[in-house]
Amino acid sequence: MIRRRRNPVGVVILAAIGLAFFALPLVGLLTRAPWSDLPDLLTSDIVLDALRLSLIASLMATALSALLGVPLALMLARAEFPGRSVLRGLVLLPLVLPPVVAGTALLFTLGRRGVIGEPLNEATGLVLPFSIWGVVIAATLVAMPFLVITVESAVRNLDPKFEGAATTLGAGRWEVLRRVTLPMIGPSLAAGLLLTWARAFGEFGATITFAGNLQGRTQTLPLAVFVALEQDRDTAIAISLVMVAISLGVLVLLRDRWWKTR
Amino acid sequence: MSLQQAACRRQQAFPRRAIFIGSVLLLLASACGGSASERQVVVSAASSLTDAFADIGQAFEAANPGVDILLNMAGSSLLREQILGGAPVDVFASANPPVMQTVIDAGLATGSTAFAGNRLQIGVPGDNPADVAGIEDFADETLLIGLCAEVVPCGALARDILLEAGIEPAIDTSEPDVRSLLTKLEAGELDAGIVYVTDVIASEEVIGIEIPDALDPVTEYLIAVVAEAPNPTGAEDFVAFVLSAEGQQILAAHGFTPP
Repeated sequence: MIRRRRNPVGVVILAAIGLAFFALPLVGLLTRAPWSDLPDLLTSDIVLDALRLSLIASLMATALSALLGVPLALMLARAEFPGRSVLRGLVLLPLVLPPVVAGTALLFTLGRRGVIGEPLNEATGLVLPFSIWGVVIAATLVAMPFLVITVESAVRNLDPKFEGAATTLGAGRWEVLRRVTLPMIGPSLAAGLLLTWARAFGEFGATITFAGNLQGRTQTLPLAVFVALEQDRDTAIAISLVMVAISLGVLVLLRDRWWKTR
Repeated sequence: MSLQQAACRRQQAFPRRAIFIGSVLLLLASACGGSASERQVVVSAASSLTDAFADIGQAFEAANPGVDILLNMAGSSLLREQILGGAPVDVFASANPPVMQTVIDAGLATGSTAFAGNRLQIGVPGDNPADVAGIEDFADETLLIGLCAEVVPCGALARDILLEAGIEPAIDTSEPDVRSLLTKLEAGELDAGIVYVTDVIASEEVIGIEIPDALDPVTEYLIAVVAEAPNPTGAEDFVAFVLSAEGQQILAAHGFTPP
């Protein structure tokens, strides 16, 4: 029989404090929850509009991240070119940058007067801020790095002999990618997508800065919480509970499938 | 040397209990440091006061060496929620009376003093791209229109004005405070918004268009010492400074009217 290794007491105590750090704010939220009014609060127009918008925008941001982020991760992991580490830093920047800064940068780039936004507007009449596209772009910018780092490290840790064997057997590059590489990094890809979605779902700062705040058009759940907090605290708490429930639900439901825990 | 070996070495060099004891000491130390609150005054002030209070804070610090003014700027309604939630704030300056009243009603301030007045104006980007001429243009669906959120004083007052004028605004965004609305006007992303005269003065890129007096676009700023202020003496001093000739002069320089 193998005895499990015990952790030192100090570690246990600090871990307990760490856990309380995560759990207590939830307890605080639950004690303030207006349980009896909850059904009414959650079916109000503000909440339903924000929920719909949040789900659509976060899924679109995840899809866009997959489309652009996976190729980017493959390039960062495999391609040899000068300045790759600088490029990686650039891709990871949104992880450390305050989202408000990311939103401001987007405004000055893709806004109606932005470097790219202005010619885009003149050519197509499209205005990205104050539209759902603004919400999707803001969420993609801050969330995609999670996908890129997860997939890049998975590709790096891949044993090259399988892909080598496929090539030897006559598979082209595209076929190797599709039938060997991507299936082998499947779990990491899924975990990365999940993290990306979660980040996009909770995105606030870049969204309100770049896309603005209008119910039914750009007001996602986090924005609705922020606005409701100053007016109607019960609604704010109700929306917070919805966000906690959805996020926790997704993370727990998919845990066994994607987060291999022994 | 591999990374693992390096990690092991470091572990040996670091006495096992040091981390644990160190963290406990840190917790204790942070619980004991009470004297700091005597040397700092936390001021929660409405977003529209950003520039004026930065100057007032500096002047106060110059007149009271060793005292730090910590400015907490946001929409009045968010500041109110922070105070109602028990934030350790010494002074609260609100951009309209109703927000201050809720703080007083909650027993978190005993009284307040009017210290400045302000007026709303239509703000447009410097080149006025949509040729906005007046408040009527706010009904135009084709324009990009921004207002402060309804919960912030500038948003509530702007909606009162539009209602009074019988205009249904085609809003594209409700910004959390007047400064974020101003930023979007400065960037030229919005065609028009309703901001304070003081914001137009503070901004180099935004120009103002008058709103008729008949629509009553004026507001009054109130200041109060918060009941549970960690530093009540410092708070009293700061409020007195805002009301003093020097404080009033700074406010006037930023375009605020006397109370």
